[in-house]
Amino acid sequence: MNLDISALPPEVAAAPKAEGSAPKIAVRKLDFFYGKFQGLKSINLDIAERRVTAFIGPSGCGKSTLLRTLNRMYSLYPGQRAVGEILFNGRNMLDPGVDLNMLRAKIGMVFQKPTPFPMSIHDNIAFGVRLYESLSPREMDERVEWALTKAAMWDEAKDKLKQSGMALSGGQQQRLCIARAVAVKPEVLLLDEPTSALDPISTAKIEELISELKADYTIAIVTHNMQQAARVSDYTAYMYLGELIEFGATDDLFLKPQRKETEDYITGRFG
Amino acid sequence: MADSSLLYRRRIWVNRWNLAMSLLTMAFGMSFLIWILITLFARGFEALSPALFTQMTPPPGSDGGLANAIFGSFFMVAVATLISTPIGILAGIYLAEFGKNGTVASLTRFINDILLSAPSIVIGLFIYTVVVARVHHFSGWAGSMALALLAIPVVVRTTENMLRLVPNSLREAAIALGAPMWKVILMVTLKAVRAGVITGVLLAVARVSGETAPLLFTALNNQFWNSDMNAPMANLPVVIFQFAASPFVEWQHLAWAGALLITLAVLALNISARVLFRQSVPK
Repeated sequence: MNLDISALPPEVAAAPKAEGSAPKIAVRKLDFFYGKFQGLKSINLDIAERRVTAFIGPSGCGKSTLLRTLNRMYSLYPGQRAVGEILFNGRNMLDPGVDLNMLRAKIGMVFQKPTPFPMSIHDNIAFGVRLYESLSPREMDERVEWALTKAAMWDEAKDKLKQSGMALSGGQQQRLCIARAVAVKPEVLLLDEPTSALDPISTAKIEELISELKADYTIAIVTHNMQQAARVSDYTAYMYLGELIEFGATDDLFLKPQRKETEDYITGRFG
Repeated sequence: MADSSLLYRRRIWVNRWNLAMSLLTMAFGMSFLIWILITLFARGFEALSPALFTQMTPPPGSDGGLANAIFGSFFMVAVATLISTPIGILAGIYLAEFGKNGTVASLTRFINDILLSAPSIVIGLFIYTVVVARVHHFSGWAGSMALALLAIPVVVRTTENMLRLVPNSLREAAIALGAPMWKVILMVTLKAVRAGVITGVLLAVARVSGETAPLLFTALNNQFWNSDMNAPMANLPVVIFQFAASPFVEWQHLAWAGALLITLAVLALNISARVLFRQSVPK
């Protein structure tokens, strides 16, 4: 099941194919540059549909950078550019003609720090939905309830939908952000260290949530926490200095890593 | 130990001396401010009367009020605010969200800073040359334009500064939902700093409402009630300027009353700006 990517030609070095799950996103020979600095070096991997793929590695290894190329977030910043291919539903999203707003509506993202908008809980969720759908107020209320339920927030939020989203606790804010991302019904969810600013109880809730959401969504998660990767993910990628060192089924990667670098990192002998 | 305690005692004395000196200079500065306010309040209250708000500015030697000047000031400042607010906010949005550190933005920022500190009389002369001298008469419009030119740089600066306080993560979060940039700005970032931007507008209004020099060359003055923006318009600062320097006692009284009214209005604006700002500094 495990493949040592760097030792194989790129066309072979694809993600392990689990039964019944096709790759939702296929990254091919991806290089990424911050100005002159190369942040990612020839990355090849597949992100399987309706599975959780985790990216681990030390700070600065490029795992967040990789995540931010998957919804073209980097395009906001002049000087940052990606070269290669990222196939999403068979189309290269790095092509210049791609409609970025449509792409981002299909590939949602949740960030490290909770980012509620300065509006009510209801409007936080309605904001994204209104961009691409025109719903009646009743349909919108139903969608808000549906999204909050998905994010395990409904019971806590149902009595204060009109209150500001900024007034919630950190863990609730983060679940609101997940609800907001889910509400627009994307195909993929990118989670950039979604629990690193949260306490253990909120973290546990969000991890539970990830396991439930993968029934409907393809999820890619960046995490600093190896236990978290082991708990929630089906596949894990270990990155170091902009390179993908090892990629495989999570159990295999943690139990019998093929590369010494990976083993050193997951056993804490890194450094 | 003996040495260090000597050093310690010396430090205490140096500290006391410096503290005393800074307190003294503070008291020196404050005493003038308090003196000004006491004089203003004493003389101003003496001259306050209901007639101020009902009667027009009088000819020399008779009683009257400031109704036309109060209205004119209010009207011209209101029009100036209506002109300067959208321009200033849009320019501030450009600088913070689009131009950033580009050449156009840097140049705009530089020119805006010059305008911000330009003497108001220069602005008055500018409007005099391009408006009043062309149409051959003073007018309320010219006054409002001069005031708007003074207010715009303040609004630009505060809007830009407030928008820069918005964390990039909030912008990215909205963009990640597939929102186009203009919606992100209008519905998320600008909303997050709404109170700060309003504060900037209020401070700009407070700044221009006491300006005399730009109005002298533009709106001039008018002895009568006038709500026609194409004609010269009475306003408090110019009335104060003319009446205070006159030999007529009634005029001098009215000047004090007018000065008090402007000060109270500016004070009220500043206080509401502060209250608003304190309620909603982004965390």
